[in-house]
Amino acid sequence: MDREFFRMRGITKVYKMGDEDAVVLRGIDLDIQRGEYLSVLGPSGSGKSTLMNIIGCLDQPTEGEYALDGNRIEDLDELELARIRGSEIGFVFQNAQLLTRLDAQKNVELPLIYAGVRPKERERRAREMLSLVGLSDRMHHRPNQLSGGQQQRVAVARALVTNPTLLLADEPTGALDQRTGRQIMELFQQLSGEGRTIIMITHDLNIAKCARRVVHIIDGNLTEGEEATSP
Amino acid sequence: MKRMGSGILGSFFMLVESVRMSVANIRQNRLRSFLTILGILIGVTAVIALITTIQSVSGSISDSFSSMGAGTLTVSATGTELKAGLDAEDMRRIAELDGVLGVTPSVSLSTKVARGGALETGVAVSGKNDFYFESNPDAIARGRAINALDLEGKSRVCLINADMVDLFFYGVDPVGEVLYIGGLDFTVIGILSESADETVQSMLSGSADIMIPYTTALKMNSESLVTGITVYTEGDSAAVQDSIEAFLDALYNYEDDTYEITTMDSIEDTMDSMLSMMSALLGGIASIALVVGGIGIMNMMLTSVTERTVEIGLKKAVGARPGQIQAQFLIESFLLSVVGGVSGALLGVALSAALCSVMGTSFQLSYAAIALGVGFSAAVGILFGWSPARKASKLNPIDALRRM
Repeated sequence: MDREFFRMRGITKVYKMGDEDAVVLRGIDLDIQRGEYLSVLGPSGSGKSTLMNIIGCLDQPTEGEYALDGNRIEDLDELELARIRGSEIGFVFQNAQLLTRLDAQKNVELPLIYAGVRPKERERRAREMLSLVGLSDRMHHRPNQLSGGQQQRVAVARALVTNPTLLLADEPTGALDQRTGRQIMELFQQLSGEGRTIIMITHDLNIAKCARRVVHIIDGNLTEGEEATSP
Repeated sequence: MKRMGSGILGSFFMLVESVRMSVANIRQNRLRSFLTILGILIGVTAVIALITTIQSVSGSISDSFSSMGAGTLTVSATGTELKAGLDAEDMRRIAELDGVLGVTPSVSLSTKVARGGALETGVAVSGKNDFYFESNPDAIARGRAINALDLEGKSRVCLINADMVDLFFYGVDPVGEVLYIGGLDFTVIGILSESADETVQSMLSGSADIMIPYTTALKMNSESLVTGITVYTEGDSAAVQDSIEAFLDALYNYEDDTYEITTMDSIEDTMDSMLSMMSALLGGIASIALVVGGIGIMNMMLTSVTERTVEIGLKKAVGARPGQIQAQFLIESFLLSVVGGVSGALLGVALSAALCSVMGTSFQLSYAAIALGVGFSAAVGILFGWSPARKASKLNPIDALRRM
């Protein structure tokens, strides 16, 4: 069963560029265990964004198999992909990407709104998640009243509120200064310690090292890196 | 596989949230939303003001029709070459038909009127009979009516209205005085009241300033026969219409294009259809404004979709289905147009009430027009919001998020 938790086999992505085919991913195999903390390290242009889109069910591979928590992603239509994104995956983007019109709590509630959760329950879970990321005193602040680090914490709370199978972070510290970035990394360590499965995409070796397992992606090929020394 | 809230209740909560977010978005862009709403508002105001005003006018016209025209019908008999009109005997026989109270001939002429140094040309003179004054006792303000002797003797007597009194008899009591009509001397025998000539003919062709015996009028026109009469009926005018038709058929050798019988109802019908054509035409022109307003909505929504690409991408990433994104934008354009529609309806009704009071007609609130205006604007909102909403829902989340 757990072999089916996260399994990629021969994932290939080809973009049509006029008459030429641009091969971005060249047969990627990747297995992840439940509770693992993995970082995908690669320079820009290596195909790591494309890989993230496929992992995050925002895009589908040209070829290959991808199973996530028992769902065969390559067979799904747009509607089912939306459901998987809503329930299985929690995204953390480089910029927090909060809706400026909504306060922190409403931003965290957003995924639950689309999942059709009733208001009371939404509120309870949003508050719980904001406490988890240490923002219980900032529930009703708007994004522009929060610091960059706090915004990113709200984004983490939003990613976790649906209790997703997978936390998928794309350069989560990219827009933060070093100190705040470190705090976010500590938060990730904490979440990993609580048994969350985390995949972090980054080009920064120092950030990548925070994960327990690092894989390198170069020119569309994935190679297993050395085991990071876990603290 | 996890399923959180779902089903109808879940969709309901989603909808509530979508409405809330739409309202927030509309308020975010106050000026732009206001201008967009204004576009719809102007369209709906125009449609409702025009339709309501026309309907009020048409309502008061038909009210006055039914108040004055009950129980009369008009016969226009051009006749054949052998008998071009009706003579006194024909009129007498029509008057004796079942259900007919009496007959008034209408002989009109337009002529010069003079007295002393005053001259007026193109004065409307109408030839009447004694029955006209019997059935319209209010027609005479002062003096006496035209009687049978006047008709018999083609007397040169006349009744004049207040305008004529002002023109020719300033400071003089006109009754008993002489007035020259068409070069002939007439004795004034009475003054007509304001409401003297409220018949259908007078309404369509203008009321008479002077009334003289119809026999005298025929003589002045060098005619011997009457071509237009008004028949006063009791009870069902349709049955009377049939017997008059039968009489005229016999009279004119069954050539039915030689006469025409017009009832009040048919005049009212014609009037109504004219007015409803007018209201359809004006409403149609005004609804162009609504379409322009709709284009305004579409423009705003398209801009909004472009501006909110990242937001759409984010929402998709957190699990929003295409339908939910589309619903969000549709709700927004629907709200914009309905706000415009409702306030336009209120403004339109107010405008129409003001117009009616200026024109002196009684204002009649038309719920149909309001329903039409609001319904049409809602439809415009959905129609013109559809394509931008669809565009938003089709947005590829990766492309949308790449803008970050």
